[in-house]
Amino acid sequence: MKELKIEAAVDRLDEVLAFIDAELEARDCPMKAQMQIDVAAEEMFVNIASYAYAPGHGDALIQIETDPDTRVFSVTLIDSGIPYDPLKKADPDVTLSAEERGIGGLGIYMVKKSMDAVSYRRENGQNIFRMEKKI
Amino acid sequence: MLNIIKNKDGSSLNIALEGRLDTTTAPELETELKAALPETTSLVMDFEKLEYISSAGLRVLLSAQKLMNKQGEMKLIHVNDVINEIFEVTGFSDILNIE
Repeated sequence: MKELKIEAAVDRLDEVLAFIDAELEARDCPMKAQMQIDVAAEEMFVNIASYAYAPGHGDALIQIETDPDTRVFSVTLIDSGIPYDPLKKADPDVTLSAEERGIGGLGIYMVKKSMDAVSYRRENGQNIFRMEKKI
Repeated sequence: MLNIIKNKDGSSLNIALEGRLDTTTAPELETELKAALPETTSLVMDFEKLEYISSAGLRVLLSAQKLMNKQGEMKLIHVNDVINEIFEVTGFSDILNIE
């Protein structure tokens, strides 16, 4: 398992994605899956950066791992901010027209749709969000 | 990193995007569109060199589409398979005019 401890700030996003991409590229992950994983990681990291410690600041811990046998790649994002279960957010109605569509709730929906498995738990004052995808 | 290449011809605007449309770069596109759209009736966005889009990028596209529905038309051209899949999953393929 590899870990990155980083300030939870939107301007550190590139470093988070570079950390994940290095692992995916080393595993010859197909481009489509890599983009879906990046999109999901971006949503979750930006969520932490925007809300977990507001109005203060804090860190996020990012753990990644690839199972060499099953080729299941996992990303776990951990923060010590306010309790927040992103999976409780209702899915947006994706059948609505442009005029009817709001702009919220899309991010977590994309994460749920593009990953094979997602889970949330609150433990020892930490939010622990894990997602998996076969690569 | 996002390059925004604008080509204006009267009330027609062509915007080619190169790179990544994400949380960091989406505000740049939003600013460009806010400045240019009031006098645009035909907007073409060329995604040939766009490699990545996240929900922050989708939000900007949705606002642009809503505005253009009122005052003209908007279409996306040269959308690659990976980005098309993101549009499919989010229902954006029904909202956006993709050629």
